[in-house]
Formats: sequence, structure tokens, C-alpha cells
Amino acid sequence: MNRTLLALCGATALVATLGACGTESTAPSDTSGDAGDVQALTVDSSADACTLSAAEAPAGTLTFDVTNSGDQVTEFYLLDEDGLRIVAEVENIGPSITRALTVNAPAGSYVTACKPGMTGEGIRGELTVTESDDEVEVSSDEQELVEAAEANYAAYVEDQSAQLLEKTEEFVGLYKDGDDAAARALYPVARTHWERIETVAESFGDLDPLMDAREADLEPGQEWSGWHLIEKDLWPQRAEDYTALTDAERATYADDLLAHTEELDTRVQELTYTVDAIANGSRGLLEEVATGKVTGEEEYWSRTDLWDFRANVDGARVAYEGVQPIVSEKDAELADQLTTRFEELQVLLDAQREGDGFVAYDELTPEQIKEFSDSVNALSEPLSRLTAAVLS
Amino acid sequence: MTAGEPAGTGAIDGDVRLPPDDTGEALDLPASGLTLTFGFGPSLFRDAEGRDRFGLADRQPEALRDLPHFPGDILDPARSGGDLCIQACADDPQVAVHAVRNLARLGFGTVSVRWSQLGFGRTSTTSTSQSTPRNLFGFKDGTANVKAEETAALDEHVWVGDDDPRAGWLVGGSYLVARRINMTIEVWDRQPLGDQEAFVGRTKGTGAPLSGGEEMSEPDFDMPGSNDQPVIATDAHVRVVHPDVHGGARMLRRGYNFVDGSNALGGLDAGLFFIAYVRDPGTHFVPVQLAMSKSDALVEYLEFTGSALFAVPPGVGPGEHVGQSLFA
Repeated sequence: MNRTLLALCGATALVATLGACGTESTAPSDTSGDAGDVQALTVDSSADACTLSAAEAPAGTLTFDVTNSGDQVTEFYLLDEDGLRIVAEVENIGPSITRALTVNAPAGSYVTACKPGMTGEGIRGELTVTESDDEVEVSSDEQELVEAAEANYAAYVEDQSAQLLEKTEEFVGLYKDGDDAAARALYPVARTHWERIETVAESFGDLDPLMDAREADLEPGQEWSGWHLIEKDLWPQRAEDYTALTDAERATYADDLLAHTEELDTRVQELTYTVDAIANGSRGLLEEVATGKVTGEEEYWSRTDLWDFRANVDGARVAYEGVQPIVSEKDAELADQLTTRFEELQVLLDAQREGDGFVAYDELTPEQIKEFSDSVNALSEPLSRLTAAVLS
Repeated sequence: MTAGEPAGTGAIDGDVRLPPDDTGEALDLPASGLTLTFGFGPSLFRDAEGRDRFGLADRQPEALRDLPHFPGDILDPARSGGDLCIQACADDPQVAVHAVRNLARLGFGTVSVRWSQLGFGRTSTTSTSQSTPRNLFGFKDGTANVKAEETAALDEHVWVGDDDPRAGWLVGGSYLVARRINMTIEVWDRQPLGDQEAFVGRTKGTGAPLSGGEEMSEPDFDMPGSNDQPVIATDAHVRVVHPDVHGGARMLRRGYNFVDGSNALGGLDAGLFFIAYVRDPGTHFVPVQLAMSKSDALVEYLEFTGSALFAVPPGVGPGEHVGQSLFA
């Protein structure tokens, strides 16, 4: 059990991003001239004038349909109040072409500039963006990426949860029937699905201690239950003076685990994820690796820590890959570094494969454990900047 | 030694055929504000089977029992417990180490060293004239400490009263709770500043509560924040351990940061050597630690690796010896 409680349903305070980002679309906008939308502006860039349809607009997602009515290629810039920093720009607008520029613009004074002929400081004007209740939204293109990431991650979690339930059902059946060898073989397989979505599972503060508590995590008077209790019963070799559970006790704990897994699966269906929660989840899963799996603390009795390790990394990578298209646009260098370091960690993991799974933690040399730890650190550092990059 | 004097005949003035009485590393150094505090552990009175070890069992205070297991404790027995303790504090760690080293040397044959811990950078103010130092998380730690000037609070929270008939010898003394708390430094360092502040419930810069004001401002736990949550999170450290939710219980903290090199994975073996003096660990420490283990956001970044409790007798007057009231 661990205490990472990642806010999954928007409990994270999102600070509106100030660095406005612009995207241009190549097709002429068909919404130009929609008088009902005060955030849709038109710009007429001629040879000697830069005329906006309004001098004011409410803060939020502003679209500028820039029409070049001159006879030279033009550019349109939205600059900060001092006219120095480019907030957003659209280039290469040929004569009689209209191009749209979408900007997340907070309230403030801005300088606009058309640059027919693309020389000089351009023909400058002023734009006042007034306070509004409008959330600063991302551009439509990015919105699509965000929606895709959110939907894909929800589907991933639901799929892993379904597989967890299926495997847990099978596992508790074997355990109750006393087929310990088969139960031991299935234990790390079933738990893989838990570990892949561990940060989600842990967000249910009532279920997590009942399902994934280790003995040392218990409070005085708290009764132990869940995966690790059964783990100890299946692998009692490292336990001192251990008394095996009776058939009746086995049935109780097995049924209890299954019931909680069913409850988890039910609740997971209700969850939605924001991109920042997905990015935080990726980071959180690597923290689980660093604090519990690299150190061999998670699966103290079964020594199947590397299965969990791999599953945490799987989950972290899926979460990362979901938001990767967004990050690639905003910080390609970070995206490249993360992609590379996920691959490097995967290479180390693959080297420890044995059959369908992994070697026992005890079989790793101190040098190999150190190598894993170094690789986890190398990945975790840039991963800690992922959420900010997604939100930028 | 607290007066800057060496042990015995000193480090260089003795018979050249004998090892010096004093080990010598504090030569030329001033007393450096050295203080020595002595305590008695539960195992001095009774062994693990409850047998009277030295005829003192009938004087074992009710509150001097091994601390319970707390969730998340992964205690190293070799860094926990003990019959006796010495806390040596000085402005120069070399002076503190010198004191412990020479006292241990004098005791060989009667006592042996079970564990020791070197710390640096006191983590709490003990006087209103001091500014609050920072722990290795980078946050001010011990803002709400009981200060030397608060004499009524010291009586209420720190000095043992006369309510335990077996512990008459301890009246005017205190209980010392020692906890070696490892911080998972590398993981902590990757937390966004906003999250770090939310975990603690204070700003990292000034130490002001997230509800506003300055460092010494009282936190407003009811102040609403974003997303229908209070501005100080429900699992923020400052809320979970606050005296308001523990019957007003306060502690006199006198802990230190520690770095014991690096671990096998290259991470810092570092954290907070928590030391608190309380009137009764049952009311002033155990409930607070339980609440922390259970619901404090910081616990995610902590590992409790050592633990001990000692009864500290009142100070020694001229011509008296340490623990005179106990051994009388």
C-alpha cells in the first residue's frame, strides 16, 4: 500500500496558462463574420492598413481570421503590451487568402501588427482583451489531442480493471481449492493489472488498504486483508513461526479480495481523467517503482517485484504515450528524452525476463539493482516536468 | 566538558606511557554551548520478559513503555531502544561528538553503545529570539514549537507533574521521544513546488500557512479554497499534527537533520532525527504520530527507521549526580 492519492477527477487546481499559444489553420475559416461571437475577430491586412473588426474582445479563446487584401504576402502578429514579445503569429498569408489564428488570450493590452511584405515592424494597432468568465481553453487542434488522450486512458484503465477482475476470480478459486502451485503462478500475472493502474486504484482510500496493505502498514487494531496476506500464506518461507491459514480462513480472505476487486471495477467505470491527472499518474507510477519495487519491498514473500516493476512502467508509459502528442508540440526535446529513457528502462527489464515473467528479486545482483535504480532516476527526473509541459 | 574542560588529566598532560584520559579532538575548541541530557529507557527497569533488572521496577513510570508500532514503521532494532541515552548538543559537532565519545569510553565495562546518531542544523526554534531553521525538505520546521519563554506552556506540555506515584523521581523532568525519520529525498525533489507546499500546508519561502499571513500566523483550517476544498488540504501536515486536533497537545522539539552518506542505490541516507520532549508520550506523542502515519501527505516521503523513548530526570544541582532522585 502506498499513499499517493492522485487527484483524478479535477481536484487538481489548474492554473490558467498564461503563455498563450497559437495555432494556424490552413483552410479559410467559415465562421468569419459571425457577429454573434465576440471572440471571433476579423483582420483585414491591406498594403497600408491593418483593420480589426473590434478593438476589444473578452478574454478566452480568440480567433483572428486574417484576410490579406493587399498584393504582397503578409503576416499577422499578436504581441504583448510593449509590442516586443510575440504572443502568437500567423505567417505566409498570400494575397486574398484568409488564415485563422487561434490564441488563448488572457485579459490585458496587446499590440497587433500586420506585416505586408514581411518587413519592418509592421502596421501596428491596439487590442484590449477584457476580463471574462470564459475559461482559457486550448485550441481546437489541441483539444482533439486532449480528448483523445482522456478517452484512451479511461479505456485503458477500464480494460486493465476488467482483466484484474477476471484474473482475480481465477486466482482466488485456485487458492480456495488448495491448488497452491497454480495460485502462485497466477499471483504476479493478476497483480500486473493492479500495478498498471496502481495510482488509480490507490485513489480509493478506503479500498486500497483493504486490498494492497503490507503487514508493516497496519495501524494498531487494524485487521490485515488483501493480496499480501494471501501472498504470505502462499510463500511462507521467509516468515518466522508462520501458521498456515485454514481452508475456512482462506475462503474468507479470498472472497473478501474478490468482493473488493468487484467494487473497484464498478467504481473505475465512473472515473474520468484530465490530461494533467494522466501525466501525474505517469509520474506517480514511477515513484511507486522507486520507493517499493526497486527496493524489493513490495513483494516481500513472493519475490515477484520485477513483475510489479514492469507493470508500473507499463502503466506509466501508456499514460505518457497518451499525452505524448501534446508534449511533442510544446516541448519536443522533453518528449524525445522521455521516449528514449522509457526505452532504456525497458531494455533493462527485458534482460531479466524468464519464461512468461521475470526472475525473482533475490536473483538480481546489487549491481543490477543499482542499474535499475539509476535508470528509474534518469527517467523520473524529466518525467517530473511532464505535467507542466502538458499544461503549458 | 560543558565548561570546556577535558576528561581526566586531559589529552596531553598525562603520563606518556599511558593512553591520554581525554581523546583530544576538542583541544583548543571552546565549550561551544555544550549541553548533556541523560535519559532512562523502559528496558533499564524491566527486561523483555518483564523481570526487574536492577531493583528499579517499582519506580518505572506508567508512561515509560515501549512505543507502539505505528503504520509505516520499518524500524531497525540496531537503531532503536536502549537502557540509557545521552543527548549532547553543541554549536560545533566536533565538541558534541567529543563528549559522547569520552563518556562512552568511561563507561566501557558497565555500559556499551547500542546506537548513536549524529545530526546537524537544529530543526526547531527553542527560543523566540531564534528564526526557524529548515529541514531537508527545504521547509521551515518547528514553527509552532514550545519556546523557552512560554513557562506556562512548558509546565503544561513538557515538564512531568506529580500525578504518577511511581514516578516521583521524575517530577520536573520530561520524556524524550527519538525517531529516526528517513526522507526519500530524490522522490521529494521531483514534486512540484505547489504540491510540496500543499503537503506541508505552508509556503516554502516564508513558512506562512497557505491560508495566509506570516510564519507565526495561525492557520485557518476552515478557509475555503478551490474545488470545494479547504485552502489547507485535509492531509496537509500542519493540519494533521496541529494541537487543535490533539487536545491542545504541544511538544518541545529539539531535533536535527542527518545525512549518513548514501544508500546502496545511491540515494541520500538522510532525514530528520526527530527529538521531542513531552510531559506524557501517551497524550503528547502517540496520538500525533498515529494521526500522521494514518493521514499525513508527508508520510509518502518518509520512512521511520529508528525509535526510542527515555525518561529524562530533572536537572542536576551542585553536588548532585545524574538520576540521583531515581537511584536514591
